[in-house]
Amino acid sequence: MTKKALTRLGVSPQVVKRAAIAMYEAEINVVIHANGGTAEAEIFPDHIRICVLDNGPGIPDVDLAMQEGWSTAPDTAREMGFGAGMGLPNIKKNADEMSIDTRIGEGTKITIIIRF
Amino acid sequence: MSKLHAVRLNRDLCMGCTNCIKRCPTEAIRVRDGKAVIFEDRCIDCGECIRACPHHAKSADMDPMSRLAEYKRTAALAAPSLYTQFGPPATREMILAALQGIGFDEVYEVALGAEIVSRKTEELLETTDDGAPRPLISSACPAVVRLVQMKYPGLIPNLISFDSPMEITARLARKEIIARTGLKNHEIGLFFISPCPAKRTAIYNPIGRTTSDVDGAIAISDVYPLILAQLEKSVDAKPIGKDDLQAGECGLRWSAAGGEARALNIERYLAVDGIHNVIAILEEIENERLKDIDFIEANSCIGGCLGGPLTVANRFSGKSRQRAYIKAAQHMPKDYPAKRAAWESAIGDISLPDQLEANPALQLDDDITQALLKYEQMNEIAERLPGLDCGACGAPNCEALAEDIVHGEATEDACIVLLKERLAQEKLIHGEKGTDHAEKSDG
Repeated sequence: MTKKALTRLGVSPQVVKRAAIAMYEAEINVVIHANGGTAEAEIFPDHIRICVLDNGPGIPDVDLAMQEGWSTAPDTAREMGFGAGMGLPNIKKNADEMSIDTRIGEGTKITIIIRF
Repeated sequence: MSKLHAVRLNRDLCMGCTNCIKRCPTEAIRVRDGKAVIFEDRCIDCGECIRACPHHAKSADMDPMSRLAEYKRTAALAAPSLYTQFGPPATREMILAALQGIGFDEVYEVALGAEIVSRKTEELLETTDDGAPRPLISSACPAVVRLVQMKYPGLIPNLISFDSPMEITARLARKEIIARTGLKNHEIGLFFISPCPAKRTAIYNPIGRTTSDVDGAIAISDVYPLILAQLEKSVDAKPIGKDDLQAGECGLRWSAAGGEARALNIERYLAVDGIHNVIAILEEIENERLKDIDFIEANSCIGGCLGGPLTVANRFSGKSRQRAYIKAAQHMPKDYPAKRAAWESAIGDISLPDQLEANPALQLDDDITQALLKYEQMNEIAERLPGLDCGACGAPNCEALAEDIVHGEATEDACIVLLKERLAQEKLIHGEKGTDHAEKSDG
């Protein structure tokens, strides 16, 4: 949906791809760790702001979670090819700005900004 | 004849129904004033509308056989799908001889060019480094390439930037004919015998190059009766023997879905056919869900080229016949059996001379601030629309109507559901007035 919108707005394919990957990774995290949540994208003339919110368990150690290969995904997720520990690093790689607001037992909010 | 597109509308036959607008994969058709209108910048010449129209109002604008008279020497470039149109006792040799019988001086098999593309693709898959895009997407189907350029510009780097089998065969044919006859370039006419309109567009409005080596495309359906008549009488043209066959089984396989991928001798491939299925796969690639695949064969037509809108035979019988042609070729080398060395040195680089560019036809506005504004308006309008996607307004769905309204090409009155609601409201008001009036006259 967001991808389609960006393409129709004339945003360059490279930027669209970065936004799509970042958003997809954040959504996958929400599905695996938090049993669902919400994703919102706001498009401005010069950037897109993606906000992915969940009411999951929260991330105990954000620095550790940001390391490539670190994952706490259950086996069920790994069996489907997820949980390689690349989700958050991949978001960071594709975003111009990224912030994680997480509270144990309450949930996580990831904000991603990608400039056009 | 428009050079931009080969799909045409016969206004007299158009009933203004919703069949074509619903099936068009790029939402390039609207019904305006009771007749279909094609947005030229969005048409990818896939021919879905030709198939969908029950009134045969959509057709392909192909070159007529009479164009052969424009040249001193002509050659037919036979699509691999041509053979599959004819069942036993026809053989490939007989069909090629029949093409000479109906007026072509020479015949070349496009299956030959297909084999060259297969070998070059194999090399490409072997040699590219880790950073190269994967999966690579075949550029053999022009409708698919145009779809990517418009709807999936992010996947342009994945497209294999090779000339098409048709173009390569034409280049070889032209070189050979010039060398043999001493004729000038413009005295030679090369005609592709085509299963689809997209190939004609690829000649008049080429992809990744400014000019084509092919001079025209004649529909398989137009030569079909002529070839049939030739096959029925004893062929009086120069007979073509087994040694004259240019292509092996590898190229013959290209006519059906899966054949091009199979010719590569790799395992990590995916073959998709049917333009709507192709869209689903392109979405998957965009979402990086097909990273375990190296090569995508994508055909706009269900069944592959033998299911093209300008073929005659049912695609299932075509596929069945393809097996017989492949079997008959199995005693030969698998690819370009004749003159292999000569052709390999003649062809050289098959890369497209120009870069594949994105087609901005779906962009709402050149200016992103304006585009955002239009996108917002579009969403607001779409929310008011009923979301039935009935097509009665002439747009394929409510979202498309919303877009047309934003572009000033339609109004909300085009929506019959909204119109009905408005009329009902007016009737209510009118009805109340009517009662007032009646009471007065009673009094």
